[in-house]
Amino acid sequence: MARLNPEIDHLLRRAGFGLSAAEVDTYQDMSYSEAVAHLVDYEGSPDDVDERIGRPDHARVIPAKNTMRELFQPDIDIDDARQRWMFRMIHSRRPLQEKMTLFWHNHFATGYSKLATDSGMLQGAKLLVHKPGVLNGPAGQVETLRKQALGNFRNMLLEMAKDAAMLIWLDGQSNTKARPQENFGREIMELFTVGVGHYTEPDVYAAARVFTGWNLRGSTNYTNDDYADLNSYQEFSWRPDQHDTGAKTFSFPIYPDGRRTIQPRSESDGLQDGIDLINALVMHPETARRFARKWWNFFISEIQTPDPAFVEAVANVYLQNRSEIRPVIRFILTSPWFTDSANYFARFAWPVEYVTRAIKEVGWQNLELDKVRSPMAAMGQLLYEPPNVAGWHLGVDWFSTGTMLARANFAATVAAGQKEFLAASLLPQVNSADGLLTTMLNRVTPAPFDQAPQQALTTYLLADGPWRGTESELTTRAAGLARLLVGCSEYQLV
Amino acid sequence: MSVSRRIFIRDGVATVTLSLAAPSFLTAIAQAQSSNPNRRLVVVYLGGGNDSLNTIIGYRDAAYYNRRPSIAVPAGQVLQVGTDASGMAMGLHPQLAGLHAIFNEGRLALVQRTGYPNSSRSHFEASDIWGTANPQNSTTSGWLGRYLDTLPRPLDALAAWNTTGETPRALLSGQSGVPAIPNASTYTFGSPNRGQAALQERAAAQTMATNPAAGRPHLAYLNGASRGAIETLDRVAQASQYTPTVAYPNNGFGQSLRTVAGAIVRGVGSRVYWTTTGGYDTHAGQGGGGGGAYGQLMATLGGGVAAFYTDIRNQGLAADTTIIVFSEFSRRISENGSAGTDHGAAGVMMVLGGAVRGGLYGTAPQLSPGHPTLENNSGDVRFETDFRSVYARILDNWLGVNSVPILNGDFRAGAPAVF
Repeated sequence: MARLNPEIDHLLRRAGFGLSAAEVDTYQDMSYSEAVAHLVDYEGSPDDVDERIGRPDHARVIPAKNTMRELFQPDIDIDDARQRWMFRMIHSRRPLQEKMTLFWHNHFATGYSKLATDSGMLQGAKLLVHKPGVLNGPAGQVETLRKQALGNFRNMLLEMAKDAAMLIWLDGQSNTKARPQENFGREIMELFTVGVGHYTEPDVYAAARVFTGWNLRGSTNYTNDDYADLNSYQEFSWRPDQHDTGAKTFSFPIYPDGRRTIQPRSESDGLQDGIDLINALVMHPETARRFARKWWNFFISEIQTPDPAFVEAVANVYLQNRSEIRPVIRFILTSPWFTDSANYFARFAWPVEYVTRAIKEVGWQNLELDKVRSPMAAMGQLLYEPPNVAGWHLGVDWFSTGTMLARANFAATVAAGQKEFLAASLLPQVNSADGLLTTMLNRVTPAPFDQAPQQALTTYLLADGPWRGTESELTTRAAGLARLLVGCSEYQLV
Repeated sequence: MSVSRRIFIRDGVATVTLSLAAPSFLTAIAQAQSSNPNRRLVVVYLGGGNDSLNTIIGYRDAAYYNRRPSIAVPAGQVLQVGTDASGMAMGLHPQLAGLHAIFNEGRLALVQRTGYPNSSRSHFEASDIWGTANPQNSTTSGWLGRYLDTLPRPLDALAAWNTTGETPRALLSGQSGVPAIPNASTYTFGSPNRGQAALQERAAAQTMATNPAAGRPHLAYLNGASRGAIETLDRVAQASQYTPTVAYPNNGFGQSLRTVAGAIVRGVGSRVYWTTTGGYDTHAGQGGGGGGAYGQLMATLGGGVAAFYTDIRNQGLAADTTIIVFSEFSRRISENGSAGTDHGAAGVMMVLGGAVRGGLYGTAPQLSPGHPTLENNSGDVRFETDFRSVYARILDNWLGVNSVPILNGDFRAGAPAVF
């Protein structure tokens, strides 16, 4: 195996989760633009990752048994669902789809705990992770985000406004004309679209009234206990009699002709109020700019502040394409800002990015994915459990002494698990300390080292004296080196 | 310099600690960061909802025995603590002999009927309410996290020490990370190897983290965190090598308090320690006659806390140490059909330590239906003392910070004068 050219390695770290040995064949003969097309137009690659769960030569899942069932049930058990998503990020042939799904999960950050408190563990999980068709009921929120990962943001936002998990998470289920509930009305502006500073408090009241009657209902057999019928479910329910039919006026234009007021409508037409507001927010120039800044941080750099020229360019692509995401991401990945080598390793890896890349690069033989949950929680990121609706605290905020120790010790766990496999795969090609370091750095990819840390690695490999070339020496040093490379600061950058 | 090696194996990962003396400047930083540098708070959370009516018992209340025919503690077994302000004669559970001794020394405060209006009966929401100190919005940061945010920056990495695996809501903060160190002897540098190679890895990691990374400030920042972690390891290792003056019960709770004692005695400098003991969700089979499942819970609690207090007192550190004990709610007054109790409302908080003014605070519930100390059709105990007033007392009078911004309000009125 070998690294590819630096530009494609960078692309795969940012638009995916790094490159495993098994994936080298896929990418090694591609040009940069072919690799971008392969990632962005992912419908051309098989969506077969879930079918590969349980196959040899893949990471393993084990039933987490939250629900006292013996089976792996990722549609109703949140810890099984966490394993399935880790499996997808490691093994998907559509890495950008998983990467964007992660982006959207943070953007529409919805936490399992509140859902489970409201609806029970089983239904709480189903609300977030149910893969459509497995059981009766609508798709779980994150499955909707995956389906729409590079789709049209307008459709995604409309689906989120009707998403059962969101209706519980932001209390839309209790938003009625007698008691308008402002939670969703606020967050759709503050967090999902235009951002702070581009709406007013009266806009929040008006938005709450717009979404009155966007409520929830359970299927006839629905109960919120943990022994409920698996096929029972909750879904969006439009209740015209709970809709406030009065006029709603905003501080920003709702219609292309500049009108700011949603005129009174009959109850039966009232759903259109929400669609009008969503259309306006999606095409608001500040929404476009806000996404441009978020994607700067997600794809380009967390070290440099967003280049205003990038923000305007990306915002224009978004608006010209009527909120289609795919052309925007394609534009970003082929832009000079993205390919500028000064921006390599200029982001702080989220725990899920870090863990996935470490597993892909070091190996997954016999790795049980349920075992990554607790280390990831110690690093500060449990999937499906963002700290609040604003999502995780990104960038340097991921890092403290405790979370850094959790990362370094996860590196030890991965290296320990792959000890024998690493040695076996390296034995034919390595016959010196330098050879081991070079070979390992071809596989495990921290940011470039300064001289002192590079020297520390060589010192480590030769700490017992000159290289002897025994199998036990290689077994020990390859694992120790993998631990040092994955656990060091340089590896926390992507 | 003498170096002793201790190797641990967990999940196939060897870990190694070096028993080096912690760099004294680190402890100095920790101690300089507070106005009362030696004072510390140890929190004991009883997970699941403690049945306070069987912790501190109104043993002359006939209604207590009528409503709990199979789980009441017999009057002859209770450890008497005297009569409270309402004239109720009270006694501790017979398994709390250690706490009874501390009470008799005047160092255990029992704050009866603590809670808040419209008490939540949901474990999740109620524990978050106690954690955030906010019954209206329990999804914010924690009260102790907000306390840590008041400490000067850069914050010492061990300003607080969580002995459980997951960070409780009370310790959550936007600015102050709290390490989770359930067991000091496994808060160590993980390695895929053992022995010499593991030590060599650690030396290499330390050297790599010492690189100033000139021209790459973001990398320098990460190296700072890595260095902090490695240097923290040595301070934590000191705590794990502590030899206590008493025998701690051989259960998880007792051992976590032993770890806390080690950290305190070895001068780690943490201001807040978080411990927990679970199993309090006693819906069924609670046990009668002062024994059974609930008796076991009381034995675990009393044995652990008494050992810890005695140990710390023997070390001459009791006057700087305060322990609080709480649970997310208490339980229904009447036992249910499975000889257990369901989720209830107000309960007892305990505050103990060498500086605590011990005694019975507040008034006990009187369990005859219709009594004003009850609520919910006399099914539950009505709160008398807002738990946030106890927090306020601890913040203002013990930790030495203004409680008002931390608790988002002034809860000093009616606070029990435990300090």
